[in-house]
Amino acid sequence: MRRLVAFCSGSLFGVGLLLSGMTDTSKVQGWLDFFGNWDPTLAFVMGGAMVPMFIAWRFTEGRKPIYAEKFPSRSQSNIDRDLILGSVLFGVGWGLAGLCPGPAIASLGFGGSQSALFVLAMLLGMRLTPSIRLQISSSSAT
Amino acid sequence: MGLVGGLMIGLAASLYLLGNGRIMGASGIIGGLVDKSEWSSATDRIVFLIGLILAPSIYIFIFEFEADTKATTNVIILILAGLLVGFGTRLANGCTSGHGVCGISRLSIRGIASTVFYIFAGVVTVALLRNLWGAIQ
Repeated sequence: MRRLVAFCSGSLFGVGLLLSGMTDTSKVQGWLDFFGNWDPTLAFVMGGAMVPMFIAWRFTEGRKPIYAEKFPSRSQSNIDRDLILGSVLFGVGWGLAGLCPGPAIASLGFGGSQSALFVLAMLLGMRLTPSIRLQISSSSAT
Repeated sequence: MGLVGGLMIGLAASLYLLGNGRIMGASGIIGGLVDKSEWSSATDRIVFLIGLILAPSIYIFIFEFEADTKATTNVIILILAGLLVGFGTRLANGCTSGHGVCGISRLSIRGIASTVFYIFAGVVTVALLRNLWGAIQ
């Protein structure tokens, strides 16, 4: 059942990303073009996505997930350097290409070689993260 | 369509949370496979990603939906952006779906802070691209 839930969730996520315009890089970059010809669509996407999730989080209080032992606990770490540095680097990449991880994967079936190339580079970046993270922390410790 | 698509994204995240007790963060679901850090839930993740790849394409086929990423054909920008998105989201431990949708709706301080930083960085990047370089139309 966990797999069925995961499949339905992934499918719904994918179609939602497609219909909302998140897989359209001109929409994403248009939304980020705050000082130019601003396209407000993505604000509605974010807002629309928050509503069910806000209710869902309320619903988790004092309950258990249907097919798991417990709900994810809050992260113990605070706002740290990795969070800020990582978010800024992600934002630069998002602005450059107009793709973030979910829409990039969702567009693999129709986005041609651009989506494929972006996803390959993204996977490489993810693969290299643990070793780069180690180097950053060791160099700042010395 | 933005609102409808957004609601679907929120419902997908709610289903994943209430059903499987997991946060629907795209970068975490992919990253946990790529660096094998969360290998125990590998099948759930793979099945999620299969749905994520197949469903939009099937929708496009059935409803003859016009889909185009309109992504740049500049290979260097695509590779650089991909590397930054991959590394950045793993370092920050989340992206638009995990920190943005799931984090903000939980009123998570980390989720809110991350979203402020990546949107700010995205806005600056697009402003530079458009005004200084003129690389995007």
